[in-house]
Amino acid sequence: MSGTEPITAEEVDRLVEQIERDAGVGGYHLHPDADFVRGLVRGLAENERRYGYRSCPCRLSMGTKEADLDIICPCDYRDADLVDHGACYCALYVSADVKAGRTTVGSIPERRPPRAEREKARAGVTATPGVVGSLAFPVWRCSVCGYLCARDAPPLECPICRVGRERFARFI
Amino acid sequence: MQLVHVNGTDKGPVMLYALSTCGWCAKTRELLTDLGVAFDYIYVDLVGPEEQKEVIEAVERVNPSLSFPTVVIGEQTIVGFKEKELREAFT
Ligand code: SF4
Repeated sequence: MSGTEPITAEEVDRLVEQIERDAGVGGYHLHPDADFVRGLVRGLAENERRYGYRSCPCRLSMGTKEADLDIICPCDYRDADLVDHGACYCALYVSADVKAGRTTVGSIPERRPPRAEREKARAGVTATPGVVGSLAFPVWRCSVCGYLCARDAPPLECPICRVGRERFARFI
Repeated sequence: MQLVHVNGTDKGPVMLYALSTCGWCAKTRELLTDLGVAFDYIYVDLVGPEEQKEVIEAVERVNPSLSFPTVVIGEQTIVGFKEKELREAFT
């Protein structure tokens, strides 16, 4: 089931560069071990080829964008794990302390709810009904970084963490 | 992609459920290899769809959150790259 050609070192380099740049702009840091980062980024490239999107390298993709939306990198769980553990689940993204070598990271517990719970949650998700019926615009929330904006539709790309508009949900 | 056997000292059945793309899974595989124990591993992301269902169920039985790496050592299950626990399991 793996792709046809192996991902080249140049492809990995390019993607590392891009991810590093975006991370820097957003105030995020990548793991200090460059080889570890390259391994994960290779995994992201591999998943992008396999599934059409950068599914988290440390989680099992279900093969559809809808089912994997919360684990497309950067995942919905990154920021909470950075706060609680100093690293995202894969440890691709780390805190400033980890980056500077002041602390290290170990195995991070999985915060993503199990499959059955996710399916239930997805079925039940709607915006808070009628909280503020008189708002001039609906409010949209980025599921990755929490950015809120009041406008007719979500932006094409989150201006804070750069994820695509499909990661936005109606908040109010 | 099937079960792959790694030769080493027989410490009973040792099974590593892993993802081919995951950094912690790679570290776990390296550690088990360094410890010199015999074990099997499977890359759950690389098995065909029908077989994958079965493998997923096997992992969920011991680890409902279906996370990787999951190492099953006899009756014991170790979830995540827990270096200390893994070393202790074989001492
Ligand atoms: S942010 Fe980290 S844990 Fe989340 S998808 Fe990306 S690599 Fe995986």
